[in-house]
Amino acid sequence: MYQYDAIDTQLVNERVAQFRDQVRRWKSGELTDDEFRPLRLQNGLYLQRHAPMLRIAVPYGMMNSTQLRKLALIARTYDKGYGHFTTRQNIQFNWPKIEDVPEILAHLAEVEMHAIQTSGNCIRNITTDQFAGIAADEVIDPRPLAEILRQWSTFHPEFSFLPRKFKIAISGTREDRALTWFHDIGLHLQERDGETGFRVLVGGGLGRTPIRGQILREFLPWQHLLTYCEAILRVYNLEGRRDNAYKARIKILVQALGIEAFAERVEAEWEQLKDGPATITQAEFERVAAHFGKPAYEAVVDFAPTAEKGFKNWLDRNTSAHQRPGYVALTLSLKKHGVAPGDISAEQMEIIADLADQYSFGELRISHEQNVILADVKQSDLPAIWKIARENGLATPNLGLLTGIICCPGGDFCDLANARSLPVASAIQERFDDLDYLFDIGDLELNISGCINACGHHHVGHIGVLGVDKNDAEFYQVTLGGRQGNQAQVGKVIGPAFSAAEMPDTIARIIDVYLAQRHADEVFIDTFDRIGITPFKEHVYAARTQVNKKQSLLEAA
Amino acid sequence: MAQLIKNQTTTVDAWKTLEVGSDETPETLALPPGDIIFPLAVWQARRAEIIAGHKRIGLFLHAGDPLTAIAGDLDYFIVIAIDFPKFVDGRAYSMASLLRQRYHYEGELRAVGDVLHDQLFYMQRVGFDSYALKDGKNAAFAAGSGFTPFSDSYQSASDQPQPHFRRRPA
Repeated sequence: MYQYDAIDTQLVNERVAQFRDQVRRWKSGELTDDEFRPLRLQNGLYLQRHAPMLRIAVPYGMMNSTQLRKLALIARTYDKGYGHFTTRQNIQFNWPKIEDVPEILAHLAEVEMHAIQTSGNCIRNITTDQFAGIAADEVIDPRPLAEILRQWSTFHPEFSFLPRKFKIAISGTREDRALTWFHDIGLHLQERDGETGFRVLVGGGLGRTPIRGQILREFLPWQHLLTYCEAILRVYNLEGRRDNAYKARIKILVQALGIEAFAERVEAEWEQLKDGPATITQAEFERVAAHFGKPAYEAVVDFAPTAEKGFKNWLDRNTSAHQRPGYVALTLSLKKHGVAPGDISAEQMEIIADLADQYSFGELRISHEQNVILADVKQSDLPAIWKIARENGLATPNLGLLTGIICCPGGDFCDLANARSLPVASAIQERFDDLDYLFDIGDLELNISGCINACGHHHVGHIGVLGVDKNDAEFYQVTLGGRQGNQAQVGKVIGPAFSAAEMPDTIARIIDVYLAQRHADEVFIDTFDRIGITPFKEHVYAARTQVNKKQSLLEAA
Repeated sequence: MAQLIKNQTTTVDAWKTLEVGSDETPETLALPPGDIIFPLAVWQARRAEIIAGHKRIGLFLHAGDPLTAIAGDLDYFIVIAIDFPKFVDGRAYSMASLLRQRYHYEGELRAVGDVLHDQLFYMQRVGFDSYALKDGKNAAFAAGSGFTPFSDSYQSASDQPQPHFRRRPA
């Protein structure tokens, strides 16, 4: 993975000093709260319900074992012994003290990490596919260009006070795993007539107004990535709405102008920037790409695992195809039933760091599904890893199953939330704790967000759950039919919201309809697309009416 | 009275900014003598008169004012002031970049309004070279350390046309 050069180290160290001084001036009253807020946000620091929250960048989800051990140290020293991986491949700590944050940043800088631009109205962490560089369906490794974008976007003087946050995702595979259709800019790396370039999408996003991105340009040669992004950002910075934070994302501007008029403005701006100094050179591409070379794979053949059922289930769900024979990408699940999805203890961090050193060239990745991936594992090492992972709560074989829930921290931690999300996730996991039943249900993605900001990506869950606040009580709105990938789409609302207590039954009723209606080997989302929302709606609310009737009868009696 | 920072030191401001009162119009208000920064609307309404009566002319732009309106006039201005209505409103960064890089404006480019210590570095990079720091802030401290939190940058900008990757030793 990428290793810091002199300038990278220098800038990160200077950032630590700068933030230390900003905290000092805020404490002394030289900076008002309003003046300090954007500064701390651009260092990932939120003031939350119980304590500040610090979000640390994991650029395009790549990390090494040294960095993970440092996060374990931070979790123990400055937090309550755990961290939380987010849906943007970053990690959050929920209990640091503001006064400690400069010290935490100094620790991070020692291992080439930072919290730069993990929040605020600026260009956020660039995300990509967690299987970048090893995926069997990969066309081009997106990581070198993701790193070039990271550097370009870091402290960009023109784009540090945008109308709203700005998220860029890159995918280099046939099947999109980076949710590119729902980013401010989505990039699809591809080859055309022997040339490498991007299809550029713009104006996608989840949140309050979920919109699928639109194609801005069918093909952009890779050398022009930075100048083209600059053109997009400049049009957005000058013309994006600043009067209403809910209408300030680029998706609203693109909708207001229409994609053709927006594209015209971008192309006109790009005409002026094209071939300028920001055009990426072959030498720079090669310098960065050299950091993402293939590790020293051994010549091994595919390994036939034992038929032991638990082990086989784990292999079926939690390993993914690799470019090299005899190797797999292994997902260590942070979705153990009863534990907050994406949460990881300091001990687990250290165990994973050891596993990475021993079995996967010392590197690991974080997925937007909030799991940890060992990307280069020999199949013959899987039994040994399984034993350790199982002993440490990292081997729940529920990747892509109903209980492998994507979930934000919700109202238990987050100040923005309207409702708690973790107890709902936990209640559903408890209700569906039978692995055989989960395997029978098969591929099903359940995503939960505690508010409309959609950090839990509920819009694109096959089943999506959104926490809402009705008269100071928590309710949950359910959507069906969302999906990520090449056919990414937003789910449809099934009907009136449910109480937390009703949620496990509601999910069970949705599953009942699927199991009754599915054709052989048909997964949930395909059944949904075939039969539509009505059968689900009828069954879910029929049950609810009966319960309500019973309740009124009891009360009347 | 805002404190002016120029060449990384505090200085006295010789310019006065003309304001159009609520009972005045750009077409009819009196044009004072001396070094005046004129609002865009006044410049557009009274261009010939201003040129005839003033040797040194300044222009005041609001965030969002269209630069195409003055693209042909830039040689007249000794100073262009761009307003930051709030420091989180970043439109002036793009306006400054365009004035320097696209329209090749070479006069003084002044940041006015909600101008604070922690944005000076970015302002300098996009092409501002004078800064009317917000009242009540420590101008000497800002002038001393606000421009140098970072000793280098990755991207090209008005202050450094070459991105870092083109400046690497071969």
